[in-house]
Amino acid sequence: MPDLPPEIELRKLVTVTEEIRHEGGPPPAHPLHRAACLAVIANPFAGGYVEDIQPFMEPLRALGLLIADRLIAALGGADRVEGYGKGAIVGSAGEVEHGALWHVPGGYAMRDRLGGAKAIVPSTKKVGAPGTRLDVPITHINASYVRGHFDAIEVGLNDAPRATEMVLALSMTTGGRIHDRVGGLKASEIKGEDGLR
Amino acid sequence: MTAQIRKLAVWVEETHREMGREIAPPTRKAVAVAVIANPFAGRYEEDLSPLTQTGAELGGLLGEKCVAALGIAPEAAESYGKAAMVGENGELEHAAAILHPKLGAPLRKAVEKGAALVPSTKKMGGPGQDLDVPLGHKDAAYVRSHFDGVEVRMNDAPRANEILVAVAVTDSGRPLPRVGGLTAEDAEGTDGLR
Repeated sequence: MPDLPPEIELRKLVTVTEEIRHEGGPPPAHPLHRAACLAVIANPFAGGYVEDIQPFMEPLRALGLLIADRLIAALGGADRVEGYGKGAIVGSAGEVEHGALWHVPGGYAMRDRLGGAKAIVPSTKKVGAPGTRLDVPITHINASYVRGHFDAIEVGLNDAPRATEMVLALSMTTGGRIHDRVGGLKASEIKGEDGLR
Repeated sequence: MTAQIRKLAVWVEETHREMGREIAPPTRKAVAVAVIANPFAGRYEEDLSPLTQTGAELGGLLGEKCVAALGIAPEAAESYGKAAMVGENGELEHAAAILHPKLGAPLRKAVEKGAALVPSTKKMGGPGQDLDVPLGHKDAAYVRSHFDGVEVRMNDAPRANEILVAVAVTDSGRPLPRVGGLTAEDAEGTDGLR
């Protein structure tokens, strides 16, 4: 069992990696690599309304770091990571607000492990059932407006989230879309100071 | 490599808990997928041997990717399976040409040994469709604790002129096996069955 606080009741961990060589156009010199990692954990607030849910963000920090480290390892090192995103699917006995608990521990885990990435981590979340798919948005780690890095990765698994569970996801990529050609701010042009440009 | 690969993906899932019970070490499954161009999309071709050669290449490539993703020595692999889904301009027989004649030998090399039949499934399908890859013990098909399956799905494949090919490898059986039958410990693993 990974080293996690007792509040985190982990049932499953899933890591998916993709190597995209082309999408019908000329294959670039280096394939695009994308990875996502999903943790299936018990939702401690399932089944009823709880007003004060913020204390659960603290134990989630360890889970965020665990997942961030796995993604970095899957992509071959922090210096290769250019894009990121996060998301949550809350089982049907919970509420979407429970998924919002993942924003800080999930996002800052990646930003810390990537050496203080500047850009906000794009996210999405919803309530769902086993088999529900989530399209996790992805943007550049230091400048949100880099157009070539606007991307998304679909995640989900057949047996989660059960009603009293949550699926918490993080994603990282090594670059922009494989045939990026719609202009806008380029990664090579960013200042990387304000997290936007 | 004769296959024109558009995309490769590897999925690893670990089960750490089932019905409230801790699973230590966790059971782990890996599935590696290649999305390839179907050279025979849109026309009838009598000679499918190029796809058979592709199957041989993918058996090794995908088997090795699974073993690497699990971080195990090849002999530590316990079960395996294979499957293919053919995009709408192809034919079910294309999946058979990839999966059956030659994919097994290089896969068995990747997992060391593999006396048992590699369980398989195939179908026609499109982007976003589920494919359930069957799993069975690699040396003794009757090991009941290792009858299992793993689902793969890619939102963007297979397109009409593509084929999605999947190979699955595990280092374990089901999380809480308790329906009896032949156990992995009792299997001889010489005839591929028991």
